[in-house]
Amino acid sequence: MTPLLSVQSITKRYGAHIGCAEVSFDLYPGEVMGIVGESGSGKSTLLNCMAGHLAPDAGTVIFDTRTDGPRDTVTMSEPERRMLGRTDWAFVHQHARDGLRMGVSAGGNVGERLMAVGARHYGDIRDKAVDWLDRVEIAADRVDDRPTTFSGGMQQRLQIARNLVTGPRLVFMDEPTGGLDVSVQARLLDLLRGLVRDMGLSAIIVTHDLAVVRLLADRLMVMKDGHVVESGLTDQVLDDPQHAYTQLLVSSVLQV
Amino acid sequence: MITLSDVSKTFTLHNQGSAVIEVLTGVDLAVASGECVALTGASGAGKSTLMRMIYGNYRAQSGAIRVGGTDLVQAEPREIIRIRRETLGYVSQFLRVVPRVPTLDVVAEPLRVVGVPQDEAQARARALLSQLNIPERLWSLSPTTFSGGEQQRVNIARGFAHAYPAMLLDEPTASLDAANREVVLSLIEEAKARGAAIVGIFHDEAARARVCDREVDVSRFTPARAA
Amino acid sequence: MSDYNFAYLDEQTKRMIRRAILKGLAIPGYQVPFASREMPMPYGWGTGGVQVSAAVLTPEDRFKVIDQGADDTTNAVSIRSFFERTAGVATTTRTHEATVIQTRHRIPEAPLAEGQILVYQVPIPEPLRFLEPRESETRKMHSLEEYGLMHVKLYEDISRHGHIATSYAYPVKVEARYVMDPSPIPKFDNPKLSDCPAIQLFGAGREQRIYALPPFTRVVSLDFEDHPFEPSKADHSCGLCDAADSYLDEVIVDDAGGRMFVCSDTDYCEARQAAGHRGKDAA
Repeated sequence: MTPLLSVQSITKRYGAHIGCAEVSFDLYPGEVMGIVGESGSGKSTLLNCMAGHLAPDAGTVIFDTRTDGPRDTVTMSEPERRMLGRTDWAFVHQHARDGLRMGVSAGGNVGERLMAVGARHYGDIRDKAVDWLDRVEIAADRVDDRPTTFSGGMQQRLQIARNLVTGPRLVFMDEPTGGLDVSVQARLLDLLRGLVRDMGLSAIIVTHDLAVVRLLADRLMVMKDGHVVESGLTDQVLDDPQHAYTQLLVSSVLQV
Repeated sequence: MITLSDVSKTFTLHNQGSAVIEVLTGVDLAVASGECVALTGASGAGKSTLMRMIYGNYRAQSGAIRVGGTDLVQAEPREIIRIRRETLGYVSQFLRVVPRVPTLDVVAEPLRVVGVPQDEAQARARALLSQLNIPERLWSLSPTTFSGGEQQRVNIARGFAHAYPAMLLDEPTASLDAANREVVLSLIEEAKARGAAIVGIFHDEAARARVCDREVDVSRFTPARAA
Repeated sequence: MSDYNFAYLDEQTKRMIRRAILKGLAIPGYQVPFASREMPMPYGWGTGGVQVSAAVLTPEDRFKVIDQGADDTTNAVSIRSFFERTAGVATTTRTHEATVIQTRHRIPEAPLAEGQILVYQVPIPEPLRFLEPRESETRKMHSLEEYGLMHVKLYEDISRHGHIATSYAYPVKVEARYVMDPSPIPKFDNPKLSDCPAIQLFGAGREQRIYALPPFTRVVSLDFEDHPFEPSKADHSCGLCDAADSYLDEVIVDDAGGRMFVCSDTDYCEARQAAGHRGKDAA
């Protein structure tokens, strides 16, 4: 079985400071991997290197493309990488306003990726947009409203719809539930789990919330100071942590 | 179906002076299809630890833990995930679910992840929930709000939704009334009859006597504590 | 002859602008940066068009200026007299007599011919500006041909108004490559952009961009399959010359709601009247 994403020795430095160093792993189709660590541990740097938002100093990010099989996305041409970004990849930002066009209606936001890959039938685009709003539990009569009139949780769901409408195979998520109320988080987690299962998505989720990864991620990578200190099955890492830092991290979580 | 050979387990507490606690050593165990083995031993002997190791939840320090031919000690995470989806069921004492998800979907989920269509999965979930006497008006609600006994029964329904060839049962009859206890025991007997290999922890001695073919005292794998 | 250099600008500047024009002609629809100069008029009054006109004018040219179709508005008159004084070129109001026509927001009704140059005044050359404010990003979108966003604008139009309500500065795609803002001409004029025998040059002074359409360039207005592009005009005939095929201005004639529709292209209207056509409002 070919990995969907094969990351090898990714290193990114900011001057003398290490962003992330020598990170390697394989992600297989249908797998959800969590990356946890405290602020500054390099998890967002790693995510941005993998998603093509940052150029790593060393290493390869090999993605199993639909047409040409495994390709290194670090060295592929920018148009190809951006095309991946609108088709097979999706990126869910922590702040919905970073991932949405706030001046464009909900329907236009969802339709943008369709139009970007050549959809030119207004009726079809709109039908798809309404269908996706329904799948993320946004009422169809909000299709012409701008995201500025939406609550934080709705904006985040809209961002997910906008990203998934082209049927991507790999979703990068940066703190997808950060900044949301706990009840809204639960709803979003449920939604994400259902979509991951039904669409067979693979996902990489960066978060500092261990409860989120326990519910969403099959596998877990723990980062500290730019290095991966431990990785494995999510429940195994959380219930039987081997590394000192992971033990500290797990024991530091407040129990409710 | 389930084979453990020379398995040992230690916990190293890095944040408490790197104390090393030896929990189990030299564990050998084999459970055949259609067989039910009870783990016994005093509290703290390592019954739950051993169970969690067979599930891949705890990492073994040495030895091999084979479920259906795959060594979980060496396996990649995705192989363990696949085995948990298809081969190895686990009824724990605690129900861990996403809040807000309806009970019916919680029970149907193990079937959904192995590709059973929604309708079929929900039909099986309904049958199990009725069998375990969960009132139908609760099916659309999240089990996070249920009483302990109800949660336990939802957990059992979920564990028995998919016909796993191997199962781990942690106190499946605890906190159940006589009628529901009887339902659970018959579910276990049905699973045995279709050939499931079962490892269980039962404090309920009568239940143990009824469904288990033999007992394994875990305390014999407990290392002598250094004084 | 005046004390100015021919057509106001110095020769080096005109060469610089001509290089930008040539590059623009070589890559139809591509926005070429140029070092726009201060002109003796405010930005927004056609400084880009004037610089392009200055760079292409020769002493033998006959120059025409229209402002929303009219030869006799302040803007048109002052630009015409500017080049009369600084270049000493002949001027005209007749479309077919002119060799260089500077225009603000219209394309003349009379068909243009080979050998003519049409110079557009452009306020905002970037068609993606109001959708994506980052210039670095829009440049990348042009270079990578990522134009999905342009259709988002049209989608928003239809979702809000039931049809594509953009009626001027309607975006076009040039030779199936660059998306271009045709300047704020009414979409009625969009079909005239395509396959035109004349050279079309676009100058944006404040924004320091020049772009161009060489003769007989294919220019397609963007649309949806189920909402095709439709050039539109007021559903009337000209009150003065009775033309049914020209773009009309609505003129309020009294304080009792009286109004009339007249050709926005004054030369076209006058030529028709001289040929004996009479509309219902003609005196």
